[in-house]
Amino acid sequence: MAREGLTGSRIRERRVMAGLKQADLARDIGISASYLNLIEHNRRRIGGKLLLNIASVLGVEPQTLTEGAEAALIAALREAADEAGLTGPEASRADEFAGRFPGWADVLAGTRRRVASLEQTVEALTDRLAHDPHLAASMHELLTTAAAIRSTAAILAETKTLQPEWRERFHANINEDSHRLSDSAQALVSYLDAETGAADAASSPQEEVEAFLSKHDFSFGSLETGSATEATIAEIVETAEMLRSQAAKYIARGVLQQWARDAAVLSLKDLRKEIETAGTDPLTLARNLHKPVVVVLRRMAALPELGAGLVVCDRSGTVIFRKSVEGFTVPRHGACCPLWPLFGALAQTGMVVTETVMQLGRAQAQFECFATSETQSAPSYNALPLVQAVMVLLPAPAGAGQGRSMGSTCRVCPQEGCSARREPSILSSGV
Amino acid sequence: MNKHVVLVEDETNIAEAIRFLLSNEGWRVETLANGSNAVDVIRNTGPDLVMLDVMLPGKSGFEILHDLRADPAFDALPVLMLTARGQSRDREMAEKAGVSRFMTKPFSNAEMLDAVRELTAQ
Repeated sequence: MAREGLTGSRIRERRVMAGLKQADLARDIGISASYLNLIEHNRRRIGGKLLLNIASVLGVEPQTLTEGAEAALIAALREAADEAGLTGPEASRADEFAGRFPGWADVLAGTRRRVASLEQTVEALTDRLAHDPHLAASMHELLTTAAAIRSTAAILAETKTLQPEWRERFHANINEDSHRLSDSAQALVSYLDAETGAADAASSPQEEVEAFLSKHDFSFGSLETGSATEATIAEIVETAEMLRSQAAKYIARGVLQQWARDAAVLSLKDLRKEIETAGTDPLTLARNLHKPVVVVLRRMAALPELGAGLVVCDRSGTVIFRKSVEGFTVPRHGACCPLWPLFGALAQTGMVVTETVMQLGRAQAQFECFATSETQSAPSYNALPLVQAVMVLLPAPAGAGQGRSMGSTCRVCPQEGCSARREPSILSSGV
Repeated sequence: MNKHVVLVEDETNIAEAIRFLLSNEGWRVETLANGSNAVDVIRNTGPDLVMLDVMLPGKSGFEILHDLRADPAFDALPVLMLTARGQSRDREMAEKAGVSRFMTKPFSNAEMLDAVRELTAQ
Protein backbone atom coordinates (compact mmCIF):
# COMPACT_ATOMS: atom_id res chain seq x y z
CA MET A 1 0.00 0.00 0.00
CA ALA A 2 2.81 2.36 -0.86
CA ARG A 3 0.52 4.74 -2.65
CA GLU A 4 -1.73 5.44 0.35
CA GLY A 5 1.35 5.56 2.55
CA LEU A 6 2.91 8.26 0.49
CA THR A 7 -0.26 10.29 0.33
CA GLY A 8 -0.94 10.14 4.07
CA SER A 9 2.61 11.10 4.90
CA ARG A 10 2.50 14.01 2.46
CA ILE A 11 -0.71 15.33 4.02
CA ARG A 12 0.90 15.21 7.45
CA GLU A 13 4.03 16.90 6.14
CA ARG A 14 2.09 19.67 4.42
CA ARG A 15 -0.15 20.23 7.45
CA VAL A 16 2.84 20.67 9.73
CA MET A 17 4.45 23.03 7.22
CA ALA A 18 1.24 25.07 7.17
CA GLY A 19 1.30 25.30 10.97
CA LEU A 20 -2.07 23.60 11.32
CA LYS A 21 -3.04 21.28 14.12
CA GLN A 22 -4.58 17.96 13.20
CA ALA A 23 -7.84 18.95 14.91
CA ASP A 24 -8.00 22.23 12.96
CA LEU A 25 -7.56 20.58 9.59
CA ALA A 26 -10.05 17.86 10.52
CA ARG A 27 -12.64 20.44 11.48
CA ASP A 28 -12.09 22.47 8.30
CA ILE A 29 -12.66 19.46 6.08
CA GLY A 30 -15.51 18.04 8.10
CA ILE A 31 -14.04 14.85 9.50
CA SER A 32 -13.00 13.76 12.95
CA ALA A 33 -9.44 14.27 14.13
CA SER A 34 -9.13 10.56 14.80
CA TYR A 35 -10.07 9.75 11.18
CA LEU A 36 -7.53 12.28 9.89
CA ASN A 37 -4.99 10.69 12.18
CA LEU A 38 -5.67 7.33 10.56
CA ILE A 39 -5.23 8.89 7.11
CA GLU A 40 -1.98 10.58 8.06
CA HIS A 41 -0.68 7.33 9.42
CA ASN A 42 -1.50 5.59 6.19
CA ARG A 43 -4.22 3.43 7.62
CA ARG A 44 -7.08 4.71 5.52
CA ARG A 45 -7.38 5.25 1.78
CA ILE A 46 -7.68 8.85 0.71
CA GLY A 47 -8.98 10.26 -2.55
CA GLY A 48 -11.77 12.08 -4.32
CA LYS A 49 -13.56 14.98 -2.71
CA LEU A 50 -11.84 14.52 0.64
CA LEU A 51 -8.43 14.76 -0.97
CA LEU A 52 -9.51 17.85 -2.89
CA ASN A 53 -10.79 19.47 0.32
CA ILE A 54 -7.55 18.74 2.16
CA ALA A 55 -5.53 20.11 -0.73
CA SER A 56 -7.70 23.23 -0.78
CA VAL A 57 -7.28 23.88 2.96
CA LEU A 58 -3.54 23.23 2.74
CA GLY A 59 -3.31 25.50 -0.30
CA VAL A 60 -1.65 22.93 -2.55
CA GLU A 61 -2.54 21.17 -5.77
CA PRO A 62 -4.11 17.72 -5.17
CA GLN A 63 -1.34 16.19 -7.28
CA THR A 64 1.19 17.48 -4.79
CA LEU A 65 -0.27 15.10 -2.27
CA THR A 66 -0.52 12.20 -4.66
CA GLU A 67 2.82 12.37 -6.46
CA GLY A 68 5.02 9.29 -6.55
CA ALA A 69 3.49 5.92 -7.21
CA GLU A 70 0.16 7.58 -7.94
CA ALA A 71 1.70 9.80 -10.58
CA ALA A 72 2.43 6.84 -12.84
CA LEU A 73 -1.09 5.52 -12.31
CA ILE A 74 -2.68 8.84 -13.10
CA ALA A 75 -0.49 9.30 -16.14
CA ALA A 76 -1.59 5.87 -17.38
CA LEU A 77 -5.25 6.77 -16.82
CA ARG A 78 -4.80 10.03 -18.70
CA GLU A 79 -3.22 8.17 -21.59
CA ALA A 80 -6.12 5.70 -21.56
CA ALA A 81 -8.60 8.58 -21.58
CA ASP A 82 -6.73 10.28 -24.38
CA GLU A 83 -6.66 7.13 -26.47
CA ALA A 84 -10.36 6.54 -25.86
CA GLY A 85 -11.08 10.09 -27.03
CA LEU A 86 -12.47 11.14 -23.65
CA THR A 87 -12.91 14.91 -23.66
CA GLY A 88 -14.51 17.57 -21.51
CA PRO A 89 -14.23 18.07 -17.75
CA GLU A 90 -14.06 14.35 -17.03
CA ALA A 91 -10.86 14.02 -19.00
CA SER A 92 -8.98 16.00 -16.37
CA ARG A 93 -10.34 14.07 -13.41
CA ALA A 94 -8.10 11.02 -13.61
CA ASP A 95 -6.74 11.74 -10.13
CA GLU A 96 -10.23 11.79 -8.71
CA PHE A 97 -11.05 8.47 -10.37
CA ALA A 98 -7.84 6.97 -9.00
CA GLY A 99 -8.69 8.31 -5.58
CA ARG A 100 -12.26 7.04 -5.47
CA PHE A 101 -11.67 3.66 -7.11
CA PRO A 102 -7.96 2.92 -6.66
CA GLY A 103 -8.37 -0.80 -7.28
CA TRP A 104 -10.27 -0.41 -10.51
CA ALA A 105 -7.98 2.39 -11.58
CA ASP A 106 -5.12 -0.09 -11.25
CA VAL A 107 -7.07 -2.61 -13.32
CA LEU A 108 -7.79 -0.05 -16.02
CA ALA A 109 -4.21 1.22 -16.15
CA GLY A 110 -2.84 -2.33 -16.18
CA THR A 111 -5.24 -3.34 -18.91
CA ARG A 112 -4.30 -0.31 -20.97
CA ARG A 113 -0.61 -1.25 -20.67
CA ARG A 114 -1.40 -4.82 -21.60
CA VAL A 115 -3.46 -3.80 -24.61
CA ALA A 116 -0.67 -1.46 -25.76
CA SER A 117 1.84 -4.27 -25.45
CA LEU A 118 -0.40 -6.67 -27.31
CA GLU A 119 -0.98 -4.16 -30.07
CA GLN A 120 2.77 -4.01 -30.60
CA THR A 121 2.84 -7.78 -30.78
CA VAL A 122 0.05 -7.71 -33.31
CA GLU A 123 2.00 -5.36 -35.52
CA ALA A 124 5.15 -7.45 -35.37
CA LEU A 125 3.28 -10.62 -36.23
CA THR A 126 1.12 -9.40 -39.05
CA ASP A 127 3.01 -11.39 -41.63
CA ARG A 128 2.52 -14.62 -39.74
CA LEU A 129 -1.07 -13.77 -39.06
CA ALA A 130 -1.65 -13.69 -42.78
CA HIS A 131 -0.55 -17.28 -43.26
CA ASP A 132 -0.61 -19.26 -40.02
CA PRO A 133 -4.07 -20.59 -39.09
CA HIS A 134 -3.11 -21.36 -35.50
CA LEU A 135 -1.70 -17.90 -35.01
CA ALA A 136 -4.66 -16.31 -36.75
CA ALA A 137 -7.01 -18.01 -34.29
CA SER A 138 -4.87 -16.92 -31.32
CA MET A 139 -4.73 -13.34 -32.51
CA HIS A 140 -8.45 -13.32 -33.13
CA GLU A 141 -8.96 -14.40 -29.53
CA LEU A 142 -6.61 -11.68 -28.27
CA LEU A 143 -8.20 -8.93 -30.31
CA THR A 144 -11.69 -10.00 -29.39
CA THR A 145 -10.82 -10.01 -25.69
CA ALA A 146 -9.03 -6.69 -26.01
CA ALA A 147 -12.15 -5.29 -27.68
CA ALA A 148 -14.34 -6.49 -24.83
CA ILE A 149 -12.01 -4.99 -22.22
CA ARG A 150 -11.68 -1.70 -24.05
CA SER A 151 -15.39 -1.30 -24.50
CA THR A 152 -16.23 -2.30 -20.93
CA ALA A 153 -13.46 -0.20 -19.40
CA ALA A 154 -14.65 2.82 -21.36
CA ILE A 155 -18.19 2.33 -20.08
CA LEU A 156 -16.90 2.15 -16.50
CA ALA A 157 -14.72 5.22 -16.96
CA GLU A 158 -17.12 7.38 -18.95
CA THR A 159 -20.62 6.62 -17.71
CA LYS A 160 -21.46 9.12 -15.00
CA THR A 161 -24.51 7.44 -13.55
CA LEU A 162 -23.94 3.73 -13.84
CA GLN A 163 -26.44 1.61 -11.95
CA PRO A 164 -24.76 -0.52 -9.26
CA GLU A 165 -25.91 -3.79 -10.83
CA TRP A 166 -24.46 -2.76 -14.19
CA ARG A 167 -21.24 -1.65 -12.52
CA GLU A 168 -20.95 -4.98 -10.74
CA ARG A 169 -21.61 -6.86 -13.96
CA PHE A 170 -19.03 -4.88 -15.94
CA HIS A 171 -16.49 -5.25 -13.17
CA ALA A 172 -17.03 -9.00 -13.31
CA ASN A 173 -16.77 -8.96 -17.13
CA ILE A 174 -13.54 -6.97 -17.16
CA ASN A 175 -12.08 -9.24 -14.51
CA GLU A 176 -13.02 -12.32 -16.51
CA ASP A 177 -11.67 -10.84 -19.74
CA SER A 178 -8.42 -9.80 -18.06
CA HIS A 179 -7.84 -13.42 -17.10
CA ARG A 180 -8.72 -14.57 -20.60
CA LEU A 181 -6.35 -12.01 -22.07
CA SER A 182 -3.60 -13.15 -19.75
CA ASP A 183 -4.15 -16.82 -20.60
CA SER A 184 -4.32 -16.12 -24.34
CA ALA A 185 -1.16 -14.04 -24.22
CA GLN A 186 0.70 -16.77 -22.37
CA ALA A 187 -0.46 -19.39 -24.85
CA LEU A 188 0.65 -17.17 -27.70
CA VAL A 189 4.07 -16.56 -26.18
CA SER A 190 4.52 -20.31 -25.75
CA TYR A 191 3.59 -20.83 -29.38
CA LEU A 192 6.04 -18.21 -30.57
CA ASP A 193 8.88 -19.42 -28.41
CA ALA A 194 10.77 -21.64 -30.81
CA GLU A 195 13.12 -22.82 -28.09
CA THR A 196 10.47 -24.34 -25.86
CA GLY A 197 7.34 -26.23 -26.62
CA ALA A 198 8.06 -26.47 -30.32
CA ALA A 199 6.10 -29.68 -30.65
CA ASP A 200 3.07 -28.29 -28.85
CA ALA A 201 3.22 -25.26 -31.08
CA ALA A 202 3.47 -27.28 -34.25
CA SER A 203 0.38 -26.59 -36.28
CA SER A 204 1.33 -28.56 -39.39
CA PRO A 205 2.99 -31.91 -40.10
CA GLN A 206 5.98 -30.06 -41.52
CA GLU A 207 6.39 -28.22 -38.23
CA GLU A 208 6.14 -31.44 -36.26
CA VAL A 209 9.00 -32.81 -38.34
CA GLU A 210 11.05 -29.64 -37.81
CA ALA A 211 10.53 -29.91 -34.06
CA PHE A 212 11.49 -33.59 -34.16
CA LEU A 213 14.70 -32.92 -36.11
CA SER A 214 15.62 -30.00 -33.83
CA LYS A 215 15.10 -32.19 -30.79
CA HIS A 216 17.67 -34.59 -32.26
CA ASP A 217 20.02 -31.70 -33.15
CA PHE A 218 19.83 -32.96 -36.75
CA SER A 219 21.94 -35.93 -35.76
CA PHE A 220 21.01 -39.63 -36.05
CA GLY A 221 23.85 -41.90 -35.01
CA SER A 222 21.96 -45.08 -35.85
CA LEU A 223 21.64 -43.94 -39.48
CA GLU A 224 25.36 -43.22 -39.86
CA THR A 225 26.40 -46.86 -40.07
CA GLY A 226 25.89 -46.94 -43.82
CA SER A 227 23.65 -49.97 -43.51
CA ALA A 228 20.60 -48.61 -41.71
CA THR A 229 17.48 -50.59 -42.57
CA GLU A 230 13.85 -49.61 -42.96
CA ALA A 231 13.27 -51.19 -39.55
CA THR A 232 15.77 -48.78 -37.96
CA ILE A 233 14.00 -45.83 -39.55
CA ALA A 234 10.57 -47.15 -38.59
CA GLU A 235 11.66 -47.51 -34.97
CA ILE A 236 12.93 -43.92 -34.84
CA VAL A 237 9.71 -42.62 -36.35
CA GLU A 238 7.30 -44.71 -34.32
CA THR A 239 8.98 -43.92 -31.00
CA ALA A 240 9.19 -40.19 -31.64
CA GLU A 241 6.68 -38.49 -29.34
CA MET A 242 6.93 -35.27 -31.31
CA LEU A 243 5.64 -36.91 -34.48
CA ARG A 244 1.97 -37.04 -33.61
CA SER A 245 0.23 -37.01 -36.95
CA GLN A 246 0.43 -39.70 -39.59
CA ALA A 247 1.38 -37.03 -42.12
CA ALA A 248 4.34 -35.96 -39.98
CA LYS A 249 5.49 -39.56 -39.67
CA TYR A 250 5.26 -39.96 -43.43
CA ILE A 251 7.39 -36.85 -44.00
CA ALA A 252 9.91 -37.83 -41.31
CA ARG A 253 10.27 -41.29 -42.81
CA GLY A 254 11.17 -39.73 -46.17
CA VAL A 255 13.71 -37.39 -44.56
CA LEU A 256 15.38 -40.24 -42.66
CA GLN A 257 15.44 -42.50 -45.70
CA GLN A 258 17.30 -39.76 -47.59
CA TRP A 259 19.59 -39.37 -44.58
CA ALA A 260 20.42 -43.09 -44.57
CA ARG A 261 21.06 -43.15 -48.32
CA ASP A 262 23.41 -40.15 -48.02
CA ALA A 263 25.23 -41.76 -45.08
CA ALA A 264 25.77 -44.89 -47.15
CA VAL A 265 27.29 -42.80 -49.95
CA LEU A 266 29.43 -40.48 -47.81
CA SER A 267 30.23 -40.98 -44.15
CA LEU A 268 30.64 -37.99 -41.87
CA LYS A 269 34.05 -39.36 -40.90
CA ASP A 270 35.31 -39.23 -44.51
CA LEU A 271 33.79 -35.81 -45.04
CA ARG A 272 35.44 -34.40 -41.91
CA LYS A 273 38.78 -35.81 -42.95
CA GLU A 274 38.55 -34.23 -46.40
CA ILE A 275 37.43 -30.88 -45.01
CA GLU A 276 40.52 -30.84 -42.78
CA THR A 277 42.77 -30.88 -45.85
CA ALA A 278 40.66 -29.32 -48.62
CA GLY A 279 38.48 -26.83 -46.75
CA THR A 280 34.74 -26.38 -47.09
CA ASP A 281 34.30 -25.65 -50.78
CA PRO A 282 31.59 -28.16 -51.81
CA LEU A 283 32.73 -28.56 -55.43
CA THR A 284 36.29 -29.32 -54.33
CA LEU A 285 35.00 -31.81 -51.78
CA ALA A 286 32.78 -33.48 -54.37
CA ARG A 287 35.64 -33.80 -56.85
CA ASN A 288 38.11 -35.09 -54.29
CA LEU A 289 35.65 -37.56 -52.77
CA HIS A 290 34.08 -38.54 -56.13
CA LYS A 291 30.62 -37.96 -54.72
CA PRO A 292 27.60 -36.05 -56.08
CA VAL A 293 27.57 -32.37 -55.09
CA VAL A 294 24.03 -32.63 -53.78
CA VAL A 295 25.06 -35.37 -51.35
CA VAL A 296 28.06 -33.33 -50.22
CA LEU A 297 25.75 -30.36 -49.52
CA ARG A 298 23.33 -32.41 -47.44
CA ARG A 299 26.15 -34.11 -45.52
CA MET A 300 27.86 -30.79 -44.78
CA ALA A 301 24.63 -29.68 -43.13
CA ALA A 302 24.81 -32.79 -40.91
CA LEU A 303 28.20 -31.74 -39.50
CA PRO A 304 27.39 -29.75 -36.34
CA GLU A 305 30.80 -28.03 -36.28
CA LEU A 306 30.07 -26.21 -39.56
CA GLY A 307 26.95 -24.52 -38.17
CA ALA A 308 25.38 -24.82 -41.60
CA GLY A 309 21.77 -24.32 -42.57
CA LEU A 310 19.99 -26.35 -45.22
CA VAL A 311 16.91 -25.71 -47.32
CA VAL A 312 15.39 -28.15 -49.80
CA CYS A 313 12.56 -27.39 -52.20
CA ASP A 314 10.69 -29.33 -54.83
CA ARG A 315 10.10 -28.27 -58.44
CA SER A 316 7.17 -26.05 -57.44
CA GLY A 317 9.49 -24.07 -55.15
CA THR A 318 7.79 -25.41 -52.05
CA VAL A 319 10.21 -25.80 -49.16
CA ILE A 320 10.10 -29.43 -48.04
CA PHE A 321 13.02 -29.43 -45.59
CA ARG A 322 14.69 -26.76 -43.53
CA LYS A 323 17.47 -26.66 -41.00
CA SER A 324 17.37 -23.14 -39.69
CA VAL A 325 20.42 -21.05 -38.98
CA GLU A 326 20.57 -17.82 -36.99
CA GLY A 327 20.46 -14.87 -39.35
CA PHE A 328 18.67 -16.59 -42.23
CA THR A 329 14.97 -17.07 -41.74
CA VAL A 330 12.98 -19.55 -43.76
CA PRO A 331 9.32 -18.50 -43.48
CA ARG A 332 7.17 -21.14 -41.84
CA HIS A 333 4.20 -20.10 -43.92
CA GLY A 334 3.96 -18.37 -47.25
CA ALA A 335 6.38 -18.07 -50.09
CA CYS A 336 10.12 -17.44 -49.73
CA CYS A 337 12.12 -14.67 -51.33
CA PRO A 338 12.59 -15.69 -54.99
CA LEU A 339 16.11 -14.25 -54.99
CA TRP A 340 17.50 -17.16 -53.01
CA PRO A 341 20.14 -19.19 -54.90
CA LEU A 342 18.00 -22.24 -54.08
CA PHE A 343 15.48 -21.24 -56.71
CA GLY A 344 18.16 -20.28 -59.21
CA ALA A 345 19.40 -23.87 -59.00
CA LEU A 346 16.02 -25.09 -60.26
CA ALA A 347 16.66 -23.36 -63.58
CA GLN A 348 19.17 -25.98 -64.75
CA THR A 349 19.43 -29.39 -63.13
CA GLY A 350 22.97 -30.13 -62.01
CA MET A 351 24.21 -26.54 -62.18
CA VAL A 352 25.87 -25.41 -58.95
CA VAL A 353 25.02 -21.87 -57.89
CA THR A 354 27.14 -20.04 -55.34
CA GLU A 355 26.64 -16.61 -53.90
CA THR A 356 27.43 -14.65 -50.75
CA VAL A 357 24.16 -13.41 -49.35
CA MET A 358 22.84 -11.36 -46.49
CA GLN A 359 19.26 -11.58 -45.40
CA LEU A 360 17.73 -8.27 -44.39
CA GLY A 361 16.38 -8.39 -40.87
CA ARG A 362 17.27 -7.93 -37.24
CA ALA A 363 20.11 -10.47 -36.96
CA GLN A 364 22.01 -9.58 -40.08
CA ALA A 365 24.69 -12.12 -40.97
CA GLN A 366 26.42 -13.12 -44.16
CA PHE A 367 26.35 -16.62 -45.60
CA GLU A 368 28.06 -18.40 -48.42
CA CYS A 369 25.29 -20.22 -50.24
CA PHE A 370 25.80 -23.26 -52.43
CA ALA A 371 22.81 -24.66 -54.27
CA THR A 372 22.20 -27.31 -56.84
CA SER A 373 19.40 -29.56 -58.01
CA GLU A 374 18.98 -33.22 -58.79
CA THR A 375 16.35 -35.32 -60.49
CA GLN A 376 14.16 -37.39 -58.22
CA SER A 377 12.35 -39.56 -60.71
CA ALA A 378 13.55 -42.29 -63.05
CA PRO A 379 13.88 -41.13 -66.66
CA SER A 380 10.92 -41.71 -68.96
CA TYR A 381 10.09 -40.55 -72.47
CA ASN A 382 8.52 -37.11 -72.95
CA ALA A 383 8.22 -36.45 -69.23
CA LEU A 384 9.94 -33.68 -67.37
CA PRO A 385 11.79 -35.21 -64.43
CA LEU A 386 10.83 -34.34 -60.88
CA VAL A 387 13.54 -32.15 -59.42
CA GLN A 388 14.65 -31.14 -55.94
CA ALA A 389 16.92 -28.19 -55.22
CA VAL A 390 19.24 -28.17 -52.22
CA MET A 391 20.92 -25.10 -50.69
CA VAL A 392 23.48 -25.16 -47.91
CA LEU A 393 24.24 -21.97 -45.97
CA LEU A 394 27.70 -21.64 -44.46
CA PRO A 395 28.55 -18.69 -42.20
CA ALA A 396 30.66 -16.36 -44.36
CA PRO A 397 34.25 -16.00 -43.14
CA ALA A 398 35.45 -12.69 -41.75
CA GLY A 399 36.55 -10.41 -44.55
CA ALA A 400 34.10 -11.81 -47.07
CA GLY A 401 32.87 -9.16 -49.46
CA GLN A 402 29.48 -7.54 -49.19
CA GLY A 403 26.88 -10.18 -49.95
CA ARG A 404 23.79 -9.75 -52.04
CA SER A 405 20.84 -8.50 -50.00
CA MET A 406 17.72 -10.58 -50.04
CA GLY A 407 14.75 -11.18 -47.81
CA SER A 408 12.88 -13.92 -46.03
CA THR A 409 9.50 -13.22 -47.53
CA CYS A 410 8.12 -10.07 -49.14
CA ARG A 411 5.74 -9.37 -46.27
CA VAL A 412 8.55 -8.57 -43.84
CA CYS A 413 11.28 -7.49 -46.26
CA PRO A 414 12.25 -3.81 -46.14
CA GLN A 415 14.05 -3.85 -49.52
CA GLU A 416 12.70 -0.91 -51.51
CA GLY A 417 12.29 -1.16 -55.26
CA CYS A 418 12.92 -4.90 -55.42
CA SER A 419 12.02 -6.28 -58.83
CA ALA A 420 11.08 -9.62 -57.28
CA ARG A 421 8.53 -8.16 -54.90
CA ARG A 422 5.17 -9.96 -54.96
CA GLU A 423 3.35 -7.95 -52.32
CA PRO A 424 3.91 -4.82 -50.20
CA SER A 425 5.95 -5.07 -47.04
CA ILE A 426 4.41 -4.18 -43.72
CA LEU A 427 7.77 -2.65 -42.82
CA SER A 428 7.68 -0.01 -45.52
CA SER A 429 4.06 0.60 -46.35
CA GLY A 430 2.20 -0.36 -43.21
CA VAL A 431 -0.10 -2.60 -45.22
CA MET B 1 -41.21 3.53 -31.05
CA ASN B 2 -37.64 2.59 -30.35
CA LYS B 3 -35.34 1.71 -33.19
CA HIS B 4 -34.50 -1.94 -33.39
CA VAL B 5 -31.07 -3.50 -33.93
CA VAL B 6 -30.17 -7.16 -34.32
CA LEU B 7 -26.71 -7.80 -32.93
CA VAL B 8 -25.10 -11.08 -33.98
CA GLU B 9 -22.05 -11.52 -31.76
CA ASP B 10 -20.90 -14.71 -30.05
CA GLU B 11 -18.56 -12.93 -27.63
CA THR B 12 -20.83 -12.45 -24.64
CA ASN B 13 -19.03 -9.56 -22.96
CA ILE B 14 -18.73 -7.54 -26.16
CA ALA B 15 -22.41 -8.17 -26.84
CA GLU B 16 -23.25 -7.02 -23.31
CA ALA B 17 -21.23 -3.83 -23.66
CA ILE B 18 -22.79 -3.00 -27.04
CA ARG B 19 -26.23 -3.82 -25.72
CA PHE B 20 -25.71 -1.42 -22.80
CA LEU B 21 -24.42 1.37 -25.02
CA LEU B 22 -27.18 1.10 -27.59
CA SER B 23 -29.90 0.71 -24.97
CA ASN B 24 -28.69 3.95 -23.41
CA GLU B 25 -29.18 5.56 -26.83
CA GLY B 26 -32.77 4.33 -26.90
CA TRP B 27 -32.29 1.27 -29.10
CA ARG B 28 -34.13 -1.99 -28.66
CA VAL B 29 -31.34 -4.55 -28.92
CA GLU B 30 -31.91 -8.15 -29.95
CA THR B 31 -28.80 -10.26 -29.44
CA LEU B 32 -27.94 -13.51 -31.21
CA ALA B 33 -24.88 -15.59 -30.35
CA ASN B 34 -25.20 -17.93 -33.32
CA GLY B 35 -25.30 -17.15 -37.01
CA SER B 36 -27.45 -20.10 -38.06
CA ASN B 37 -30.85 -18.49 -37.52
CA ALA B 38 -29.78 -14.85 -37.87
CA VAL B 39 -31.23 -14.39 -41.37
CA ASP B 40 -34.61 -15.78 -40.28
CA VAL B 41 -34.71 -13.52 -37.23
CA ILE B 42 -33.84 -10.48 -39.33
CA ARG B 43 -36.46 -11.36 -41.96
CA ASN B 44 -39.12 -11.86 -39.29
CA THR B 45 -38.39 -8.79 -37.21
CA GLY B 46 -37.29 -6.24 -39.84
CA PRO B 47 -34.73 -4.32 -37.77
CA ASP B 48 -33.46 -0.83 -38.55
CA LEU B 49 -29.86 -2.00 -38.29
CA VAL B 50 -27.87 -5.24 -38.20
CA MET B 51 -24.53 -5.54 -36.43
CA LEU B 52 -22.53 -8.60 -37.43
CA ASP B 53 -19.42 -10.31 -36.17
CA VAL B 54 -17.55 -12.20 -38.91
CA MET B 55 -16.49 -15.40 -37.19
CA LEU B 56 -19.65 -16.91 -35.80
CA PRO B 57 -20.79 -20.41 -34.97
CA GLY B 58 -23.34 -21.80 -37.38
CA LYS B 59 -22.97 -19.28 -40.17
CA SER B 60 -20.32 -16.64 -40.78
CA GLY B 61 -21.04 -12.94 -40.94
CA PHE B 62 -20.15 -12.98 -44.63
CA GLU B 63 -22.73 -15.69 -45.33
CA ILE B 64 -25.41 -13.84 -43.39
CA LEU B 65 -24.64 -10.64 -45.28
CA HIS B 66 -24.68 -12.45 -48.60
CA ASP B 67 -28.10 -14.00 -47.85
CA LEU B 68 -29.52 -10.64 -46.80
CA ARG B 69 -28.30 -8.82 -49.89
CA ALA B 70 -29.76 -11.54 -52.09
CA ASP B 71 -33.19 -10.60 -50.76
CA PRO B 72 -34.53 -7.37 -52.36
CA ALA B 73 -36.35 -6.54 -49.12
CA PHE B 74 -33.02 -6.20 -47.31
CA ASP B 75 -30.67 -4.95 -49.99
CA ALA B 76 -30.60 -1.48 -48.40
CA LEU B 77 -30.68 -2.55 -44.75
CA PRO B 78 -27.75 -0.92 -42.89
CA VAL B 79 -25.28 -3.61 -41.85
CA LEU B 80 -22.33 -2.79 -39.61
CA MET B 81 -19.69 -5.48 -39.51
CA LEU B 82 -17.46 -5.76 -36.41
CA THR B 83 -14.49 -8.05 -36.69
CA ALA B 84 -11.08 -8.81 -35.27
CA ARG B 85 -10.10 -9.91 -38.76
CA GLY B 86 -8.90 -6.59 -40.10
CA GLN B 87 -6.99 -7.88 -43.06
CA SER B 88 -7.54 -6.06 -46.31
CA ARG B 89 -8.98 -9.13 -48.02
CA ASP B 90 -11.67 -9.42 -45.33
CA ARG B 91 -12.58 -5.80 -45.84
CA GLU B 92 -12.72 -6.35 -49.59
CA MET B 93 -14.91 -9.43 -49.11
CA ALA B 94 -17.24 -7.47 -46.87
CA GLU B 95 -17.47 -4.60 -49.33
CA LYS B 96 -18.16 -6.97 -52.21
CA ALA B 97 -20.87 -8.64 -50.16
CA GLY B 98 -22.51 -5.24 -49.63
CA VAL B 99 -21.54 -4.21 -46.11
CA SER B 100 -22.55 -0.69 -45.11
CA ARG B 101 -19.67 -0.17 -42.67
CA PHE B 102 -16.73 -2.32 -41.59
CA MET B 103 -15.06 -1.81 -38.20
CA THR B 104 -12.14 -3.70 -36.72
CA LYS B 105 -11.81 -4.74 -33.09
CA PRO B 106 -10.80 -3.30 -30.74
CA PHE B 107 -12.87 -0.21 -31.53
CA SER B 108 -13.82 2.70 -29.32
CA ASN B 109 -17.38 2.97 -28.07
CA ALA B 110 -17.66 6.48 -29.49
CA GLU B 111 -16.52 5.26 -32.89
CA MET B 112 -19.09 2.49 -32.85
CA LEU B 113 -21.91 4.78 -31.74
CA ASP B 114 -21.00 7.35 -34.38
CA ALA B 115 -21.16 4.65 -37.03
CA VAL B 116 -24.58 3.52 -35.80
CA ARG B 117 -25.90 7.09 -35.86
CA GLU B 118 -24.56 7.73 -39.33
CA LEU B 119 -25.92 4.50 -40.74
CA THR B 120 -29.41 5.07 -39.36
CA ALA B 121 -29.73 8.82 -39.86
CA GLN B 122 -32.98 9.54 -41.70
